[in-house]
Amino acid sequence: MTVQTRRQFLAASAGLVIGVALPIRARAQSGAAAALGDGTLAEGSFAPNAFVRVAPDNTITVFCKHIEFGQGPYTGLATLVAEEMDADWSQMRVEAAPADDELYKNLAFGIQGTGGSTAMANSWMQMRQAGAAARAMLVAAAAERWGSDAATLTVSAGTVSDGSNSATFGELAEAAAAQDVPVEPAVKNPSEFTLIGTDRPKVDSRSKSDGTAMFTMDVYRDGMETVVVRRPRVIGATVASFDDAAALEVPGVTAVRQIPQGVAVYATSTAAALKGREALSVEWDYTDAETRSSEEIFAAFSEAARSPGLEAEKVGDSAGAIAAAETVHEAEFLFPFLAHAPLEPLDAVLELKDGKAEIWMGAQFPGADKGAVTQVLGLEPADVTMNVMLAGGSFGRRAQPTAHIGVEIASIAKAAGRDGAWKLVWTREDDLTGAYYRPITVHRMRGGIAADGSIVGWEDRVVNQSIMAGTPFDQGGADPTSFEGSTNMPYALPNLTVDWVKQELPVAPLWWRSVGHTHTAYATEVFLDELLEKAGKDPVQGRLDLLKDEAGRDRAVLERVAEMAGWDGTKVRGDRAYGVALHESFQSYVAQIVEISDAGGLPRVHKVWCAIDCGIAVNPNVIRAQIEGGIGYGLGTALYNELTLGEGGEVQQLNFDTYRMLRINEMPEVEVAIIDSDADPTGVGEPGTPPIAPAVANAWRALTGSSPRRLPFARAGV
Amino acid sequence: MATFTVNGKDVTLEVPDDTPLLWALRDDLRLTGTKFGCGIAQCGACTVMVDGMPRRSCVTPIGTLDGASVETIEGIEGPEVEAVQAAWVGIDVPQCGWCQSGQVMSAVGLLRMNPAPTDEDIDNAMAGNVCRCATYVRIRQAIHDAADMLEG
Amino acid sequence: MKKWLMIAALAATPALAQDAELRAVGDFDDIEGEEVRSVALFEEMLKVIEHPRCLNCHPVNGGPTQGDDMTPHMPPVVRGDADFGAPGMFCTTCHGTQNVAFVTGDGSIPGHEPWALAPVSMGWQGLSGAEICAQLKDPERNGDRDLAELHEHMAEDGLVGWGWHPGDGRTPVPGTQEAFGEIVQAWIDTGAACPG
Repeated sequence: MTVQTRRQFLAASAGLVIGVALPIRARAQSGAAAALGDGTLAEGSFAPNAFVRVAPDNTITVFCKHIEFGQGPYTGLATLVAEEMDADWSQMRVEAAPADDELYKNLAFGIQGTGGSTAMANSWMQMRQAGAAARAMLVAAAAERWGSDAATLTVSAGTVSDGSNSATFGELAEAAAAQDVPVEPAVKNPSEFTLIGTDRPKVDSRSKSDGTAMFTMDVYRDGMETVVVRRPRVIGATVASFDDAAALEVPGVTAVRQIPQGVAVYATSTAAALKGREALSVEWDYTDAETRSSEEIFAAFSEAARSPGLEAEKVGDSAGAIAAAETVHEAEFLFPFLAHAPLEPLDAVLELKDGKAEIWMGAQFPGADKGAVTQVLGLEPADVTMNVMLAGGSFGRRAQPTAHIGVEIASIAKAAGRDGAWKLVWTREDDLTGAYYRPITVHRMRGGIAADGSIVGWEDRVVNQSIMAGTPFDQGGADPTSFEGSTNMPYALPNLTVDWVKQELPVAPLWWRSVGHTHTAYATEVFLDELLEKAGKDPVQGRLDLLKDEAGRDRAVLERVAEMAGWDGTKVRGDRAYGVALHESFQSYVAQIVEISDAGGLPRVHKVWCAIDCGIAVNPNVIRAQIEGGIGYGLGTALYNELTLGEGGEVQQLNFDTYRMLRINEMPEVEVAIIDSDADPTGVGEPGTPPIAPAVANAWRALTGSSPRRLPFARAGV
Repeated sequence: MATFTVNGKDVTLEVPDDTPLLWALRDDLRLTGTKFGCGIAQCGACTVMVDGMPRRSCVTPIGTLDGASVETIEGIEGPEVEAVQAAWVGIDVPQCGWCQSGQVMSAVGLLRMNPAPTDEDIDNAMAGNVCRCATYVRIRQAIHDAADMLEG
Repeated sequence: MKKWLMIAALAATPALAQDAELRAVGDFDDIEGEEVRSVALFEEMLKVIEHPRCLNCHPVNGGPTQGDDMTPHMPPVVRGDADFGAPGMFCTTCHGTQNVAFVTGDGSIPGHEPWALAPVSMGWQGLSGAEICAQLKDPERNGDRDLAELHEHMAEDGLVGWGWHPGDGRTPVPGTQEAFGEIVQAWIDTGAACPG
């Protein structure tokens, strides 16, 4: 398996040529037919490749290789296909592609996967070519039928015409299936786009407004049991012993089994399973557990920040420059463990029958989870089917290189020791205590300002765990996801050192919406803002003056957001204060300005202006939605969220009463501007999140004199 | 054993009285539009109507529902429901969608009592419904849009 | 490698500063002077009145508080025109007719029929004992109750009585409602004097 890191992919993407891997003859009904099984293609359907199916009823189904959990790939990828086919939007349908690491690989990863805000970027040419191929074959079929020259035919709203004859795609589907598949079909020039670049309604809004959308937890199979697992409150603890007598007396509980993840309670209903779990008595073995408190971990990280780490970026001589500086500024920023807390807790359904397994789950790496089930149950890969379901949020949580949910549901089936069907349900308590957190991170920053106010030295030492270590994405050496954003800043700093001190903990880390940028944007943009303030400079103009010549896209979003907010250098106006932040992530450039006030010791954010450059805006409607949501997600977290380990390592936040979600009364007004661009599209799921916390912290400093050195703002919870 | 109606149909369930309505709806009646998010009435994903008023089904034992009328996202009807769902679709409120059945229920509950809510009214009625995707900007707008439709 | 075992500790309910017990009426017999005795009885009543179980739903203006540390109610709720929440999210959106234990973990959501805030006029939070005492006796502010009706409210009202049976995860008010009723009666019988 060849695996590229996101970074490698992005570095190479400018010259990347993505072909649609197609067999030469379409009669093979390539891709979809192979992946979906012969039985799923309706008679007379046309499946030119693994991504598009045209049915005689004139519907076009796009098989989306990316999981849909709100970030919009169903709509976005369908838009690309519809654009190149010249289809009518109303005839488009979308289904989840099944798990297939070859056919449906993320071209950025080399395996099927969703993450790193890559869905649109890696699908951009692939889906357009898939649509263009389908269009060419439909046109060829029409030309054959009418004896016309294919080059003279026109296609509009899903209908092919030669001036005197016309036929819908549906009418041409069967004949199109017999046409040659163009290997590298020509795609449109962007000036010809009619769908791309306009607001598209989302294909899943109706089913998500009337309760009909089907998620993993909504799957029920005949004879299915619900399983909940008693897990340790101390991360890494294992079962020493347990007493299941009381649990087994609960009506509906059918079995209790020890599995690697804890003690599983099997029941005929969710309520019975939960009641059975409450009745369990478990003793834990803490040998391999993290028994330190988060305060102890922070202290150890701060200590580790005193010694140099692996060099991540170096320009000039920062130590010398800071030593010679007129003013030296230092800061240490502390970032807590964070849980993703998708609103649909983790879950999975597995049915095992006669040596074949079928799985339903919202997996971001479906091949990994399918592989885990195959391995744990000792099955042949061909006997395992994975249905990728809609997921009720993820924010990175379901992107599991460890496939721990696949392992867990398979372990449940294995421990049952029989054929059957099981639904694994995590409760919110399981979710918050279940690790895979955004890792605790410490940034130790030093900066030097010369007498003329210029920033002459910059040092940023990052201390945290490696997310990539031990995963297929591990490249060895420094893990860029630990410090991405601290490196490659858009600012021209003549003397700069960024280094990384790797820490190892028994608490599994994971990418959390925007990964390393969750903390690097805060540390760099707050610290820079403080340096500019000490140098007597305006936060907007000061940044613009510092931008490298090649940072034109950063410059454009910053200038645009300043214009939107009417920025005139006023940081405090009455009881309102204003702050700015600029941060690129996933090759999208985002600047935000916030308006806040002091609501009883916490910032109340009234308004956020945001400018983004994410290349060609495929669907501005979805981009605005992702920015709105990304801001809300980042704001709630900055204000309220920390997962803390108490004495002995016990996780202290069990549910939303102590791990508080942002609510509607706290949501600011959000105004989004999308920069016109002809660059290939880049991510929008994550880049809206990083700038909000530093922008708020900078406004807070304008109002109160200081920005928090440790997040969240509400340290004591609520 | 409690007897009540769900979406207009009589229901008698052979499950313990302390079973939360949420799980009875999902596991026993296979009405899966009502969602589980926290289990402690903090997120609102499980909101249904009980006797016409929004109610968190995760903390409602079915034993307390004798004679009650329960409506879920699958069965709820009326002009407010149509307006809210049309407004939701109209500006693409949902992202992941997990919370939205509950959001729709609460919005309908609000509009039935207050056909022209202010932003503050919306905040007060909807603050119990968490949206982890933070679709709140659009939820607020969609409720105003629905109110306009109902008036128009 | 050192191997050690630990039994997972249940979250303990924080102990309150107040005495856990309510003194019996007879304990006040020794106090000389009826008014002094009456004031002492009222101060005993304050162990109940000023308990978070009672104060949380006797705010002086906006919405309720919760917990022994009396933090703002979460989710955020407002009083509303009927002391019953906002249209669309009344108290009964979450609070049922009885306490309901959570099925996913420890704790419970409180409930009772009815379940509502005390009116603004009966707000207690932040008031001194003397101020609460004056308010309790003022028909303009106490719901037009005379002392006998006040006793009935304190000694027999179901929602008041909930304070002694607040459900898993909440500290009950001290004593019993019956014992509290006796103290209230003794306070009334001794002239219902207020602290100075």
